[in-house]
Amino acid sequence: MTVLGNLALWVALLLGVWAALVGFLGGSRGRADLQRSARHAVFAMCGALLIAVFAVEWALFHHDFNVEYVAAYTSRNLPIFYTWSALYAGQKGSLLFWATVLSVFGSLAQLFTARRHQVYLPYVASVVGTVTAFFVTVMLFAANPFSRLAYTPADGSGLNPQLQNPGMVFHPPMLYLGYISMTIPFAFAIAALASKKLDSDWLVAIRKWTLVSWLFLSIGLVLGMWWAYVELGWGGYWAWDPVENAALLPWLTMTAFLHSVMIQEKRGMLKKWNLALVIGSWLLSIMGTFITRSGVISSVHSFTESPVGYYFLFFLLFAAIASFTLYARRLPLLTAEARLESMVSREASFLFNNLLLVGVAFSVLWGTLFPILSELVQGTKVTVGPPFFNQVNIPLGLALLALTGIGPLIAWRRASLPNLQRQFALPVTAGVFTGLVLLLLGMRDFYALLAMAIGGFVLATVTQEFARGTRARRRQYGEPAAVALAHLVGRNRRRYGGYVVHTGIVVLFIAFAGMAFKTETEATLKPGQSASIRSPYGWTYSFTHLGISQFDQLNRQVTAATIEVRRNGKRAGLITTEKRQHVDALGRPTFQPSTEPGIRSDPLEDLYLVLGGVVNGTEEAVFRFTINPLVWWVWYGGLIVVLGGLIVMWPGGGSPAVKRTQAGYAVRLVEEGK
Amino acid sequence: MTAGAKFAVGALLIVGSVGYLMASGIKQTGQYFLTPGELSRKIAVDPTFYNVGMKVGAHVVRGTVSKDVATQTLNFRISDGAATYPVTFHGLPPDTFNDSVEVVVEGRLKPDGVIYATNVLAKCGSRYEAVPKA
Repeated sequence: MTVLGNLALWVALLLGVWAALVGFLGGSRGRADLQRSARHAVFAMCGALLIAVFAVEWALFHHDFNVEYVAAYTSRNLPIFYTWSALYAGQKGSLLFWATVLSVFGSLAQLFTARRHQVYLPYVASVVGTVTAFFVTVMLFAANPFSRLAYTPADGSGLNPQLQNPGMVFHPPMLYLGYISMTIPFAFAIAALASKKLDSDWLVAIRKWTLVSWLFLSIGLVLGMWWAYVELGWGGYWAWDPVENAALLPWLTMTAFLHSVMIQEKRGMLKKWNLALVIGSWLLSIMGTFITRSGVISSVHSFTESPVGYYFLFFLLFAAIASFTLYARRLPLLTAEARLESMVSREASFLFNNLLLVGVAFSVLWGTLFPILSELVQGTKVTVGPPFFNQVNIPLGLALLALTGIGPLIAWRRASLPNLQRQFALPVTAGVFTGLVLLLLGMRDFYALLAMAIGGFVLATVTQEFARGTRARRRQYGEPAAVALAHLVGRNRRRYGGYVVHTGIVVLFIAFAGMAFKTETEATLKPGQSASIRSPYGWTYSFTHLGISQFDQLNRQVTAATIEVRRNGKRAGLITTEKRQHVDALGRPTFQPSTEPGIRSDPLEDLYLVLGGVVNGTEEAVFRFTINPLVWWVWYGGLIVVLGGLIVMWPGGGSPAVKRTQAGYAVRLVEEGK
Repeated sequence: MTAGAKFAVGALLIVGSVGYLMASGIKQTGQYFLTPGELSRKIAVDPTFYNVGMKVGAHVVRGTVSKDVATQTLNFRISDGAATYPVTFHGLPPDTFNDSVEVVVEGRLKPDGVIYATNVLAKCGSRYEAVPKA
């Protein structure tokens, strides 16, 4: 099967190069035969890569431990679920996954692009071919998933226990789908630049793709937070780790783009900025892959251990120089059609939102790269950690949150004073009221109070928008409230879906603010002994160690401690927390023991219990008890964001261009459908 | 003032505060990341490096780990070949910690020559290649 796999990779490489060349020539010379050939090359490349994926999975499922990748990431006793996901557990498999998904997206773009945008497709094929060819090259020359060992081990090393978690099965592909789908908007941007067809049409062609990749990245980020929380056992979900930051960066710039693109559609402004954001987001997504895959940040030295780092660095530089050169040459074609008329306008608030988002992205990038930069400049490595990121990003984040409420209320072009009063009276009152109530209830953390007050303000703006829209429809069409609301959202998916996303973001911010009140304690307890901790809500929890049990489960030996929880003296259930020692098929230990925190979650607070270790041979054990307020809302906030995103991109909403030309027609169809 | 000029002022304000927050953030929270060899050279020329919060990256010297679960104390020595320092740490070490891993120790070197760690991060050398963590 590895022969087939290798063959498939070579075929994919040739097809990728062919698509790159022929697509470009076909586009620039306007030759239909070459354009067709590029299109077919993308489809064929996709087929070849799917065969390669099939070959890897075949080797994984047949436990062909002579294949290095199979031996390195799986073992005979690994559950099937994880055997399948081993495709993207290691570097080599991830590269194949990347290339394959890109070719699938590339094919979808060829198949499902509206006819009026088809002028861009040959160039899109060319870009997709180039990027895929790069990934296949890395595989063939530096990290081949099909390379064989000189001998055949009896069993593989198995999968890192921390990856043996359902979150890890879905989190990497979601994140990768986000990274990878960013290539399609980038390809359209390059196509628009190369073909000089720079009217707003190309924007319409890529809007859905940007949303797709934004949505996947959002899901990937939330799943990653969830995995870190339930699996790593340190009691939090976000540590400003370079790998986390790498995923956050393109998300931030894409969020900026999704806002500023509206200004270009409505007013023909910001063309240069938008193109730069698309190109920048894509470069950041490649950099994200590079950072997660090369280990360059953790140590400059680990960089040289694998040649893959050099390939990526070279490709990143090449792509950045090539795309920005093309961009610079087209700048004269990208002049704005309108000017900013007032500081108090929707445009201005979107511009500030963009500056803040890019500012946050820049500070995160700077903080992430700072160890390398300081080592290069000063010779001594200086690192910055979570305190830096929090110190910089909490104020910026709160300013952004406030704009989330302000932006949608301000009129386009120029807002009048009565307009502002009408829009802001209620929400500002709601925000101030929220802050005051929490202050009276005893909340004393400045940023947390501010976050909650701003959150109250934004939620009030969203509610006001929904209420006014619904009321207007009820008056105009006499619809009952529920129907009016459904129609309101259905007819303006972008706007109201966007409000739903904003609601999710508010919920997330409130949940983040809850972490300001995290409390924890560590204790060594014999069975029967207990430790207590006071929660931020004023309850006293006591945790009683009931005893240790040991048993075998799947591919691991489990040591579990059972804790009885009491709140203010009243029994509140049992929680178990485990230490797991994974073993191979012969029962020998593999990897280090891993921790399985015991978590009890409710909307107010999470109890997060970790078994630190057992004192030799006895039932005396070390525990860490943590109370994490409002974590529950992180997952639901994330869910709301994703739902909002789905509302925005649900098919049938129609692009603004379609709406403009076919508005009358669409209305008639709706009437007839009744 | 035209709207464009006003906007420029606002933009400068944002860019300025981002810059200020970053500069002050790095100044207040930046930590040296040294190897034991670099640390001993710095200490030799500049004794103010005692008691400064920093991170030290090195490997654990095999056979030097002593762990007292009951008092949650962990003692071990770290080395990069050029210099060796004893480390003492109170708390729960990460799952991946043992006597053959690369560690990053966060803490202060006291004048008694011991690094008092507030945090120990372990990297499992052999099989934990840059796994997507988030």
